[in-house]
Amino acid sequence: MSAALFEMLLRLGDNTLVLGHRVSEWCGKAPVLEEDIALANTALDLIGQTQMWLGYAAEVEGKGRSADDLAMRRDVWDFRNILMLERPNLDFGHTMMRQFLFDAFHRAQLAALAQSSNPRVAEIAAKAVKEATYHLDRSAETVVALGDGTEVSHAKMQTALDLLWPYVGEMFESDDVDAQMAAEGIAPDPDGLRAAWEATVRDTLSEATLTVPQDNFAHKGGRTGARHTEHLGHMLTQMQWLQRAYPDATW
Amino acid sequence: MKPDTDTIWAWLDEVPDPEIPVISVVDLGIIRDVVWDGDVLEVAITPTYSGCPATSIINLDVETALRARGLENIRLKRQLSPPWTTDWLSAKGAARLEAYGIAPPSPAGGPKHCPRCQSAAVEKVSQFGSTPCKAHWRCLSCLEPFDYFKCI
Ligand SMILES: [Zn+2]
Repeated sequence: MSAALFEMLLRLGDNTLVLGHRVSEWCGKAPVLEEDIALANTALDLIGQTQMWLGYAAEVEGKGRSADDLAMRRDVWDFRNILMLERPNLDFGHTMMRQFLFDAFHRAQLAALAQSSNPRVAEIAAKAVKEATYHLDRSAETVVALGDGTEVSHAKMQTALDLLWPYVGEMFESDDVDAQMAAEGIAPDPDGLRAAWEATVRDTLSEATLTVPQDNFAHKGGRTGARHTEHLGHMLTQMQWLQRAYPDATW
Repeated sequence: MKPDTDTIWAWLDEVPDPEIPVISVVDLGIIRDVVWDGDVLEVAITPTYSGCPATSIINLDVETALRARGLENIRLKRQLSPPWTTDWLSAKGAARLEAYGIAPPSPAGGPKHCPRCQSAAVEKVSQFGSTPCKAHWRCLSCLEPFDYFKCI
């Protein structure tokens, strides 16, 4: 097996898994019915993408594990998602700001992955980029509506942006895995996605009358597994509860 | 005797989509291929959306329908590429959607008119409707809400 390919697939699948789970936490309690449905559908897309990424990761690993095993039977230190996505939802504004910052990256990443030299990666990305595109349409629209909304919604969106900004840098971090994947034409170097991301994000945030923080300090460690925040473990106690309480349960 | 693939396509055209039963899985454009591989019938199916929960039900319905016709060696293959697009919805399917009260996908990015009163005065309520494949719209003439089958 290719250790770097496995690692890259975990990073892709864990991002969509963790964000998909976080977004699904709104199911049944979003501010209005339309938003509830939109969030649940977004979560569903992300979990569907997870099945494809982790399903392929399990095949590449070749140890007889399934996508479900990878999702439900690994502990915190084996997750490879970026830290921003495991943050608790906080309020609706924070949830949508996080979604927007990620969607803009995700769409650019998937568009590049659709050109991958690895046909499996390319076909999964070609499927997923269609979904990321309308996720981004919606999250950008919501960020503008709330940022350029009332005094209260504007203040909440600015607070959310200030809280999340120190987490965006991790999306563009590169290590040996990325270098190998880029050299083999399997995946883009994340750093190369930053310029297009910045352009999209700055345009939308300016339309939303929000101020982009100056500081470029970045919290890191999620995508390499070096360190996660304390929030991921708490999230896994919910997400993996059934598989931990009843190992091998089927129904 | 093996039925020819045209016959099998016609059988599959009687399998309703589980979420929108007025159209068939063939109308929806998700049956990508039907071929005989020796004595095994292989049916390639593509998912609409990655997370569409109807996918496993569709596979089950296809298999059940083919078994009911006496076929035993069936292999269902998931085909991801090229990704599903609403361009593959049949004209018959689009007409049935509209008669059912769901505006069919339109390249303009929104419904041509209200499926109930045909008024062109319509507005989007939400990009997501009752299922991932539909958006929620409203008619400003008859004031009824309706689903629009999104174009992707
Ligand atoms: Zn009407």
